[in-house]
Amino acid sequence: MAQKELMPGQKRFTVPAVIADLAILGWFVFSLFPIVWMVMLALKTPSEQTTTYFKFAPTLDNFVTVLTERGTLLTSVNFPAAILSSTINCLGAVVISLLVGIPAAYAAGRWRFRGSDSLMFNLLSFRFAPELMVIVPLFVIYNTIGLFDTSLGMVWVLQLVTMPLVVWILRSYFEDLPEDLEQAALLDGYTRRRAFTMVALPLVRPGIAASALLAFIFAWNNYMFPLILTNSGSVTVAITKFLGGGGQAYYNLTAAAGVVGALPPLILALTIQRYLVQGLSFGAVKG
Amino acid sequence: MSIRQHGAMRSADDTVGGHQPPAVSPARRKWRPYILSIPATIILIGILYPFVQGVGYTFLNYRATEPNPHFIAVGNYVAVFTDPLFWSSVRITGTFAIVATVVETILGVIIALLLNRSSMIGKIFEKVLILPLMIAPVIAAVIWKLMFNPQFGILNHIFRLGSTYDFLSADRALWSIILVDLWIYTPFVAILVLAGVRSLPREPFEASAVDGANWFYMFRRLMLPMMWPYILVAVIFRFMDCLKVFDIVYVLTQGGPGHATSTLQVNAYINSIINFNYSGGATYMFILWIIVYLTAQQLVKLLGRAQARAAGSEA
Repeated sequence: MAQKELMPGQKRFTVPAVIADLAILGWFVFSLFPIVWMVMLALKTPSEQTTTYFKFAPTLDNFVTVLTERGTLLTSVNFPAAILSSTINCLGAVVISLLVGIPAAYAAGRWRFRGSDSLMFNLLSFRFAPELMVIVPLFVIYNTIGLFDTSLGMVWVLQLVTMPLVVWILRSYFEDLPEDLEQAALLDGYTRRRAFTMVALPLVRPGIAASALLAFIFAWNNYMFPLILTNSGSVTVAITKFLGGGGQAYYNLTAAAGVVGALPPLILALTIQRYLVQGLSFGAVKG
Repeated sequence: MSIRQHGAMRSADDTVGGHQPPAVSPARRKWRPYILSIPATIILIGILYPFVQGVGYTFLNYRATEPNPHFIAVGNYVAVFTDPLFWSSVRITGTFAIVATVVETILGVIIALLLNRSSMIGKIFEKVLILPLMIAPVIAAVIWKLMFNPQFGILNHIFRLGSTYDFLSADRALWSIILVDLWIYTPFVAILVLAGVRSLPREPFEASAVDGANWFYMFRRLMLPMMWPYILVAVIFRFMDCLKVFDIVYVLTQGGPGHATSTLQVNAYINSIINFNYSGGATYMFILWIIVYLTAQQLVKLLGRAQARAAGSEA
């Protein structure tokens, strides 16, 4: 193998290198163990749910239970309904964020206009504002105007999560897009709108996909909004209910529901891994 | 440096350069960005409205038992600032945010440097690194809660602690929550810093290697200054999020035992949603919002300076 450039810690096959590999291995044992444990617990039978051994006959029974009526009858947690409402609410929130966010991101990325910075800053401040500051009044408003426990209400409030993400990420994509391309289209007699839809939009498709998937992940993982603003809840709220507040706890069902609830974000995250860094830091750091 | 600089953006008027597209009046061109931003602005207002209303609550005695609230000036603030529970939750939140952010940053930087060695193991583990970060914090907290269980939790079993050792007891709960937080979010710091390390130019390192500089010297004098902006971005995001921690605390301990883990946002939740004291909760949140806002401002200033310095050392 060719001699590689030296970066700190890059020497190989030495004692420090072995120690470094062991250290990283240690982190990954720590990092993966809880996930492995959750999957194992989900595969155990009810009589084994309080055991700590690693050898057992795995069963998919718990998954069947949480995903069907059987779980609802047993635990009074309607997990299938929670999955459905989480899916509808999160998809709705992402679609609206895209419809509304793409034009705003384009405007902010292409032109510098009075108020553009304050619009962007306000969107960013949502990311850092304590959610309850908005939710407590919303809780009162929703109860008054009947938006409590509705999809419309959830889609609206989830904009707090999804909109800043979509607008901030896409703005940086539109900024990086060379304007010459649109200029050429304009000179060819395209209207601005057609130059946008035919030239600019297809070129930022990776950005749109990445921001949409990330927004979906964060909306899906959100806990406080459905906890306060709905009765029927969401996947995240339903999972905590399996733990049983005072009543009987179903550890293996909790674990099975946890696995099911964790799968969509994990699958989506792995498909957009290339864009994760940018998305997580709102484009402040490019991957 | 990729952190957005606004100076480079064009004005609304000069966007089409020397060529004028046909049939679009200058007035229409001038208003275009505003028109495009209208829908987003409407949603923004829709969310700012409750925020402003929440600020209004802090000057009322609004609660479920007081459906027709009246103005009590700074009464809520006096009540909050003289409440020992508030100061204890400030202390708990501060401890949590500082310890979690510092530990996560140090661990994250170490992991990023280790993964950057591009060994076989590093390549495989990079994919696995983000898993805890993408699982909902609530699910992570639920798994850990099961593992923390003194009777049948796996941790007490593995470490032979016996069933009397409780990870979530009054004096240990905060540290257990920090442990869960760093399990989830250390990868966040690591992948941001890793992206930063990978974007560093090679030349300065080669040059100083030729000069016979040792590893530690290169790390301290070259790598750290250039990486500092990336580390700071991670610190800003982590610290801000830690100040408003809710999910994992609420699932693991609900602020207990007693008030041992009542962070500001947990306390505000209990106040306003469980006890229906809307004004009390809103006051907590408004104070927290001011703290977060001022801290963010200072950190962003620091980031600007670090970027300027890093740009200087790269040149």
